[in-house]
Amino acid sequence: MGSYLLKRILIAIPTLIAISMVIYLVLALAPGDPLGELANSPSITPEIRENIRRVLGLDQPIHIRYVKWATAFITGNMGYSFVNPVQVSQLILQRLPTTLWVVGSAYLVSVLIAFPLGILSALKRHSWLDNLITTFAFAGFSIPPFFTGLIFIIFFSVWLGWLPSIYDSTLVITDLGGFVTQAKQSILPIAVLALFQTAVLMRYIRAAVIEQLNMDYVRTAYAKGLSGWQVMTRHILRNALVPVVTLIALDVPAVFTGALVTEQVFRVPGIGSLLIDSIVRSDTPVVMAITFIYAILIVLFNLLADILYGVLDPRIRYS
Amino acid sequence: MGLVTATFVTACNSQPTADSSDSSAPTTVSSANAKELKLLYWQAPTTLNPHLSPGTKDREAASLILEPLAAYNEAEELEPILAAEIPTLENGGISADNTTVTWKLKEGVKWSDGEPFTAEDVVFTYQFITNGEVGATSGEFYGEVQSVEAVDDLTVKITFNRATPTPMNPFVGGSGMILPEHLFKDFLGAQARSAPGNTAPVGTNAFQVKEFKPGDTIIYEPNPNFRGEPPAFSTVELKGGGDAVSAARAVLQTGEADYAWNIQAEPAVIKGLEANARGEMAYVPKPMMERIYINFSDPNKEVNGETSQKDTPHPFLSEKLVREAISLAIDRETIAEQLYGEAGSVATNFLVSPEKYASPNTRYEFDLTKAAQRLDEAGWKDTNGNGVRDKNGVEMEILFTSSVNPVRQKSQEIIKQNLESIGMSVELKSVEAGVYFGDSTNPDSVNRFNSDLQLFAFDSETPEPDSYMELYACDQISQKENQWSKENSSRYCNPEYDALLEQLNTETDLAKRTALFVAMNDLLIEDVALIPLVRRSDAYALASSLTNLEFTPWAASTWKLNEWGKT
Repeated sequence: MGSYLLKRILIAIPTLIAISMVIYLVLALAPGDPLGELANSPSITPEIRENIRRVLGLDQPIHIRYVKWATAFITGNMGYSFVNPVQVSQLILQRLPTTLWVVGSAYLVSVLIAFPLGILSALKRHSWLDNLITTFAFAGFSIPPFFTGLIFIIFFSVWLGWLPSIYDSTLVITDLGGFVTQAKQSILPIAVLALFQTAVLMRYIRAAVIEQLNMDYVRTAYAKGLSGWQVMTRHILRNALVPVVTLIALDVPAVFTGALVTEQVFRVPGIGSLLIDSIVRSDTPVVMAITFIYAILIVLFNLLADILYGVLDPRIRYS
Repeated sequence: MGLVTATFVTACNSQPTADSSDSSAPTTVSSANAKELKLLYWQAPTTLNPHLSPGTKDREAASLILEPLAAYNEAEELEPILAAEIPTLENGGISADNTTVTWKLKEGVKWSDGEPFTAEDVVFTYQFITNGEVGATSGEFYGEVQSVEAVDDLTVKITFNRATPTPMNPFVGGSGMILPEHLFKDFLGAQARSAPGNTAPVGTNAFQVKEFKPGDTIIYEPNPNFRGEPPAFSTVELKGGGDAVSAARAVLQTGEADYAWNIQAEPAVIKGLEANARGEMAYVPKPMMERIYINFSDPNKEVNGETSQKDTPHPFLSEKLVREAISLAIDRETIAEQLYGEAGSVATNFLVSPEKYASPNTRYEFDLTKAAQRLDEAGWKDTNGNGVRDKNGVEMEILFTSSVNPVRQKSQEIIKQNLESIGMSVELKSVEAGVYFGDSTNPDSVNRFNSDLQLFAFDSETPEPDSYMELYACDQISQKENQWSKENSSRYCNPEYDALLEQLNTETDLAKRTALFVAMNDLLIEDVALIPLVRRSDAYALASSLTNLEFTPWAASTWKLNEWGKT
């Protein structure tokens, strides 16, 4: 196990270096200029523009810029944003709690809903209940979040006036009232995200469970007199869980990058909206930091999923 | 440094002034707490130092805190803000030879941290703006300034290089906001962008920053050292992000916010939202105008490694009859009414604002038959029967570009139909704004202008639009030799226009200046150097409960926020 871990980690390093190089190159070659907005201003003479380029370090060739960025990143320094007069790490830390709260709880909610519904529709497959759940899943899966977002806003904010459509990130929770406000403003974005993710997860769980149901060991388990509940929890779920765990483990890093569209619709100031803004404004240090942290998390959670297999399925042993 | 005064606006809009005060519907959800004001900006401010950002959004956010010496109100008159009075020739503030201006500052003004505001702060602001290492974005009005000195604590003397017709440009309006010297003096150079004052500035206006989350929210609280009446609000929250339509909805329909800035949306959408009677739109006509740029050089011929070279005349757009035909064929009224509604009106002038300089001599004409006649007259006929006019083997094929923006794409469609109906072939292209208005050496940038026609808006920031007039000066032609950094992308050059421009540069008499502005405008319009389309207004969504609002085209919409009230 130990040597397996070491091997995986050693493989991860060149992978991450390659990923960072590709992202850096793509960003450097992409059209659009961090000075775009500035270049527009007639008061910026070519000399001033050169000065700004030098201050931002853009006058150096790309490989030098990459090495500088990489060495700084290793020491935890992600540099200054081109657009906002603050450090990139500060920007990300400011946005992270909101994203983790909204996108994280949405994912939790969808896992909590998807498991029972997925198992239920697998057990009662092709019944009216399964059809109902499947219809719901396909609806949730195929309606884009910006559309459900708008529908929810019109219904719950405009017509009923129950829930706010704008997320207030400055809210400080000191009492119960603050918590209620926080819960109210989180309901809509969480619901929109959960609707989509539940649908995906549920179909996946349903397929995984159905695959196990016809197995000989299930029949044997029933034959030796185990109750339906015991067969499900001890035998079917344990086997069905392996592919589901992979899916969830690979989804967790996506919680970090936030929800690109939903954050925009509800004005949730999370990592997703930061990423979009930074791409639009060619704020390379911020885009680079977010995408690279995402890459690190993906590699990390891949490893985690592989280790979890061993825990869930004793037949899988790494050596 | 004769730089052209103007700002591209990639996605803003504008039109006629609103009765900005309150109207009906006294009780809304948000007015329950009358002490709080909520502002929505679909572009989030990123810095609070207006001199380090060219973006209007940042000036809007900064003007709650920082102030200029004076600003132009809606009537185009200067109102003193930090100045005790407006310098004039009569009170001796402006020297008789128009080379110096002496500003008297208000007494007893304090920064929000308690430090006194003095003439030294004004001098420092000048140093900050003009220091090349700082890379300030508001330097265009300070090029003619020779020196700024503090005569005493409350007197600032500005000396110009020569007699100037526009002595009131420095330290006025959005580009003239005064910075506190004690906060920025250690950051006068390349490190200016990392000054802590950029995110938590100390100012003289009625508010100070309580919390600033770049790209998201700013929370303001009253400045305890403000010289005037304390503002009506104990908290002002400025929330950024999202999109314009949902911002308007939050004000007009759900009442979650009191004010939404710069709403560009289709007239039908706005009407639907206004039907809720929670609030209404206010329109402030801006000096900004959507226009079609005409390429006078040939974008398809390469000379010395560059296309659109100024000495290669365009095969058909260099003919005046053809330009007249295009101008006659474009249905500006449909564009203004269908796409802009109350936020736009048909433009006929190059210089649309201020009123005093706008030419009364131009008019709008839409006549497809006349347009076709002009083309026939010029010898452009469809000789090969392919549906497109041609002459000497050249087909009238037009490449028409603009920035990615739904309203611009719809305008392009209308214009394409118009031009094709008189026998031209039009191909449309839209370029992402960051590239289009970005690095001028990019082949798709507005300054390279590698197409035949292009569409975008441009404006003059002050009511003394001298530098705006340089847009069509011969020495402003954008070429490879200047890395396409100049603004005359049409490569229009007319010695007659240049002669008038030269007179304007030294003319200080108002009546003569007016005559010159009108003459220059009429010359460009008569020669069809450009085709004005729509004059735009800024559109603001206002909750009905807001009172005592005042806007001006010449400063941020928040310039008098300290006087706003809420019922």
